[in-house]
Amino acid sequence: MKTSDFDPASFEVFNSQIRWATIFVLVVFSVLIFRLWFLQIINGPVYRSKSENNRIRLQDISPSRGLIFDRNGKALVDNRPSYDLYIIPEEVQDQGRLLESLDGLIGLDPQSTGELLDKTSRNLPFKPVCVKRDMSRNELAVIETNRFNLPGVLVKVKQHRRYISGNLGSHLLGYLGEITEQQLRTAKYPDNKSGDLIGKSGVEWKWQTTLNGKRGGEQVEVDAAGRKIQVVSKRPPVSGSDVYLTIDKGLQTLAEKSLKGKHGAIVVMNPNNGEILALASSPSYDPNLFVGGIGKIDWERIISSEDFALQNRALTGQYPPGSIFKIIVALAGLQEGVIDPKEEIFCNGTYSLGRSNYRCWKKYGHGKVDLHRALVESCDVYFYKMGRRLGIDRIADYSKKFGLGVKTGIDVGREKSGLVPTKAWKLKRWGVPWQEGETISLSIGQSFILVTPLQMAGMISAVFDGGVLHRPRLTKRVGNARTETTHGIAADKKGFVGLKQTHLELVRDALVGVVNEPKGTGSKAKVKNIIVAGKTGTAQVVALKKKNGGRDKGEVPFKFRDHAWFVAVAPAEKPEIAIAVLVEHGGHGGSAAAPIAREIIKAYLGAQG
Amino acid sequence: MFDRRLIQNFDWILLLLLLTVAGISILNLYSATYQISNEVSSRVFLKQIYWFLIGFALFFLMTTFNYSALERLAYPVYFFSITLLVLVLVIGKTTSGSQRWLNLGPVSFQASELAKIAILLVLSKFFSDKGWHQKYRLRDLWQPFLLLSIPTALILKEPDLGTALLLIMVSFSIILLVKVSWKSLAILVVSVLSVAPFIWSGLKEYQQMRILTFLRPDMDPLGAGYHINQSKIAIGSGLFWGKGFLKGTQTRLHFLPEQHTDFAFSVLAEEWGFLGSVILLLLYLFLVLWGLKIAVNSKDKFGSLLAVGIVAVIFWQVAINVGMVTGLLPVVGNPLVLFSYGGSSLISTMAITGLLMNISMRRFMFQ
Repeated sequence: MKTSDFDPASFEVFNSQIRWATIFVLVVFSVLIFRLWFLQIINGPVYRSKSENNRIRLQDISPSRGLIFDRNGKALVDNRPSYDLYIIPEEVQDQGRLLESLDGLIGLDPQSTGELLDKTSRNLPFKPVCVKRDMSRNELAVIETNRFNLPGVLVKVKQHRRYISGNLGSHLLGYLGEITEQQLRTAKYPDNKSGDLIGKSGVEWKWQTTLNGKRGGEQVEVDAAGRKIQVVSKRPPVSGSDVYLTIDKGLQTLAEKSLKGKHGAIVVMNPNNGEILALASSPSYDPNLFVGGIGKIDWERIISSEDFALQNRALTGQYPPGSIFKIIVALAGLQEGVIDPKEEIFCNGTYSLGRSNYRCWKKYGHGKVDLHRALVESCDVYFYKMGRRLGIDRIADYSKKFGLGVKTGIDVGREKSGLVPTKAWKLKRWGVPWQEGETISLSIGQSFILVTPLQMAGMISAVFDGGVLHRPRLTKRVGNARTETTHGIAADKKGFVGLKQTHLELVRDALVGVVNEPKGTGSKAKVKNIIVAGKTGTAQVVALKKKNGGRDKGEVPFKFRDHAWFVAVAPAEKPEIAIAVLVEHGGHGGSAAAPIAREIIKAYLGAQG
Repeated sequence: MFDRRLIQNFDWILLLLLLTVAGISILNLYSATYQISNEVSSRVFLKQIYWFLIGFALFFLMTTFNYSALERLAYPVYFFSITLLVLVLVIGKTTSGSQRWLNLGPVSFQASELAKIAILLVLSKFFSDKGWHQKYRLRDLWQPFLLLSIPTALILKEPDLGTALLLIMVSFSIILLVKVSWKSLAILVVSVLSVAPFIWSGLKEYQQMRILTFLRPDMDPLGAGYHINQSKIAIGSGLFWGKGFLKGTQTRLHFLPEQHTDFAFSVLAEEWGFLGSVILLLLYLFLVLWGLKIAVNSKDKFGSLLAVGIVAVIFWQVAINVGMVTGLLPVVGNPLVLFSYGGSSLISTMAITGLLMNISMRRFMFQ
């Protein structure tokens, strides 16, 4: 053992060194403790929330979308389960083999699926990746039977919108599509997120917020690999409310069937309150194609066709009203005192103004006609005369009283307002003054005036409901049938035409005559035991030099043929149903449109007893 | 020949400090590897208890002889450890890109741990042979530098940057304590700074990456900066009182990397908060200061220097590890001494603290 070298002086040196070392140690530990204080006390709350963000993932639970029913509670739109195929990358043992067998079983493209998996699995290996949406029953069966051979494969059930009768009511029901960036930026869709399907048109669009319901969610605790550990808290979603339409499913089906193969529109309305019983537009489309993203081929087929299947002709189709406009001219003339119902006018088939001749549709004329006969036989010459007496601006005033030239204010769907020309409008729009000859054409519903089938249904309803103009509506009530918390939507009087009841009475009599009297133009709408009132109309698409020649279908190309109109109510003494039928290029209203109205009246009133 | 004074002079405070830290370490390891129905993790925690038992056995073994005997054994131990380091490079076991382990039958042994002890012994011997009054100049220090550089170079070759760094810092702690002239110190600092670029280019890419990440941890939060960020979140989210035992979400959900080894302190800080982490740091501080007191009280120069070296090993490891997990220092991969899971480091630490006890027990034994 070494001898002790103890000596006080040398210890002094060592001790002073140790003192420095002690100070150094204290400083270093102070720095560490200060650092902990900085992290845990000063910035602690920030790190605490970061650790919560690490741990908690929010998962949405989509609400179930409300259903759509007809007025009698028959379902028009519901949700069906859709089976989506998911893969959890971490649980896959051999990705190549799995993709190969999926390719063999259900024809899943191995390459694109593989890329999809690789993209997600890098960061979150436990997050399920959707590889196929909405499998068919067969595909589901094949997957389920081979489940034991497919580790990591998962089938999730989701709600899928179903339009029960395919094309039925497609225009009024609308369709779903993915919410767009612009829509997300507006405040109109507070409950929706990117990727959600929302209503793009029709009822689905109008009642989007009601149908949508409220999104639920759960806070899920996950680990660093994204594996779900437990549910921390959960807020259940609130299902969307159901919507009950005023539509009668049976009548709607009939209306669409009667337009099959044609282009046109039918509006069936309750004349007493404006409820729409059927609203058909042809051609139609299948809204099921849009759910889950419409395929490019389907979309192009719908868009590129000259059929304009997406267009709702009942609301946005604008046509000259043709002879049904005579109802308004007649009422205007009576109210303004320019028409004496007993006055007889002689129709020889032609009406002359200056050097122009305006022809009646009946080549050799109607002979002597009063107001009643002029309406029943739809005499053009009579109305040329009365129209001139009224003048364009007075005709326009009364047209507006019947709701023409403005939107009807229907609660669902985008509509067009049509057009009621005036002298001022002509000058402004075309820069030339109104021509007297144009008043003559307008008196029988031709030239500039444009109306929608919906407006015509409203007009004929007003005539038979004592002059009350109802706001048409498609929604009867909304609410949840299961919880019985529905609330109805009240009828809404939009206006009053302000005509003497005796004048209306005169016109109503004449319209009954149109269908029921000899020589009436609408005799094809006649129904046994039910008194139908109506008016035919034929809207010119192009003004032919020889007007009479234009009525002969055989000679004229399809797209130049006249549109056929028919408006009707029944039963005339106490109307329950008002109808407007338009058949594009259908020819004469009495032959092309009136029989359709007849079938609908028969079906509706017949069914009611 | 048994001396009664050895019992009288037994350093109960040192033992108590070690037992307290060991207890907290085991508790913390239990939490760090706690998982519902996971047998693997409970094995980790049990294994650490075995290591501590072996460590304490070695600790007491190290007190049974007079430490002065080691003065004579210093160079043989040193050369033996150099041989082992060379052997590691030739036949060692490779884990995660580094050759650090010697396979000795059932036990794997990290040769660099023995090198740590060896360098303490040779430097203590070298300086204790000189007088206290000498002020060392650079030319007097070529021998210690040579003694240091051989094992350091071999360990860097493995590569094990953390241990090599520790070796250098411990050695410099001893050298500075024996008083170096200011001029030599200045030359030393300048020369270290001038070789720094060469050291940088000699580093592996992952080592460079760690230092870069340390300087800009937000650079790549999901890549190299991930460890530091998650550790800071774990520590910071503990607030003052902590989230509670077994309730650290960063730990339990595995956001915290290497939670039972290098980042064990972060587990403690998350679950026991500022309070718990400061208490542990104060225990280490007390251990270091107590060790310095043992150095001062030692009856001879070899004992004093050896005690200082042992204290330096503990001190630098605590400073580097806690500095690393709190984001003050780059991630070099050092475990927290006496606290992290790992047999080799724990065994060698218990051995040197046994020597510290040895020195403390024999402080009054003048012949």
